[in-house]
Amino acid sequence: MLKVRVIPTLLLREVGLVKGAGFDSWRAVGTPLQAVKVYNRRDVDELVLLDIGATPAGAGPDFDMIGTLARESMVPMTIGGGVASIEHFRRALQVGADKVAINSAAFRTPELIDRAADQCGSQAVVVSIDYRVEADGSRMTYIGCGTERTGWTVVDWAREAEQRGAGEILLCEIDRDGTLGGYDLTGIQSVAQAVSIPVVASGGARDYADMVSAIRSGADAVAAGALYLFTQSTPGEAKRHMADAGIAVRLAPGS
Amino acid sequence: MTVAVVDYGMGNLGSVLRALEDLGTRPEIVATPERLTEAERIILPGVGNFAVAMERLNALGLVGPLRSSVEAGRPLLGICLGMQLLASRGEEGGSSPGLALVPGDIVRIDPREGERVPHIGWNEVHETGSGHALFTGIPSGTDFYFVHSFQFRPETLDDALAVTDYAGGLVSVVGRGHVTGVQFHPEKSSRAGRRMLGNWLMS
Repeated sequence: MLKVRVIPTLLLREVGLVKGAGFDSWRAVGTPLQAVKVYNRRDVDELVLLDIGATPAGAGPDFDMIGTLARESMVPMTIGGGVASIEHFRRALQVGADKVAINSAAFRTPELIDRAADQCGSQAVVVSIDYRVEADGSRMTYIGCGTERTGWTVVDWAREAEQRGAGEILLCEIDRDGTLGGYDLTGIQSVAQAVSIPVVASGGARDYADMVSAIRSGADAVAAGALYLFTQSTPGEAKRHMADAGIAVRLAPGS
Repeated sequence: MTVAVVDYGMGNLGSVLRALEDLGTRPEIVATPERLTEAERIILPGVGNFAVAMERLNALGLVGPLRSSVEAGRPLLGICLGMQLLASRGEEGGSSPGLALVPGDIVRIDPREGERVPHIGWNEVHETGSGHALFTGIPSGTDFYFVHSFQFRPETLDDALAVTDYAGGLVSVVGRGHVTGVQFHPEKSSRAGRRMLGNWLMS
């Protein structure tokens, strides 16, 4: 039976700042490299690595860092942030990413989804969708790290992405991200019902029970960042909790 | 021991190389017929489109050397798309011939109710027989990491070394003589994956 995935998200904005301040690149990747090593030991299911400073800064992905981290990781890694061309896509896969997430660029140049799926296979193409619950209750897609409203509902954009060849949706409600306020279960449910590709819930994980709710709402995987960084929660414990709730997870020895 | 990892521009070699180094071998990235024929063992990795992959292998002149290496008794391991390329034909990107080392077809996954395509994530690999060297120390039903939209349909079930419960049952490991193919990614399957690669190196 296919297991529900529990995925730690690593955000890399701070690293960019450190590098800008003149640290050499080895030092700069020191922290995320440690994180990857720890998550290897904990035998997590997968890692998501997002360079959230890359798109606003107009920078492409940091392929050296992706390569260093991917080589170290014993589990699959999705990378994202600043991916804007098919060349970025190819290089990210070449240096060791297993999946590449595109967000703003996918919206600005939707053909990028088609081309990436054609050339690299749908399974490597993750369309990352940020959205907000608006005052009127609608769920609208934003790009540029939440700065630019698109006029597309999250469901319509998810369907469009799937049709163009996306292999997975990484779904994040902007105002919940990092708050530990709980996933947007309604949004997860509507997107999971609208598409037939896997949906990764992201943004706002409160606790293990919240992860169970996200899965019951239709998510195929639960990603969390702040929950693992700022609380005592671990992916291993999350999985034990989910197993107790009757959800199929991969219980690795020592996790 | 020299292990050639075939580089034909279809993704991710880093993790395979790292896993092989961890296991005490010296993997070599190989993209020419000459180097390929020198290798004691060959790994054919890859992610992406079947037809594109065969075009690249043909363009690099690697199809013949891959076949003759197998005929010469050198072990070949295909991973993910590399496993699918072992088949006779693939339907991804139009019907095109594969390496034809394990008779069978590559077809799109036909999901059952509630299942999604691509098949992404950790799923159980159940050995069909028992005692194959690839599975030494790995209990049947251990989880490995999958990420694919197409599946291998071998002509004869004798070539199916392991199956996985998805889309009504898909073949997750094929084997015929010195040729082995795994649909999942052992290099991304944590400890169990390392163990399996180690078993293959010893087999």
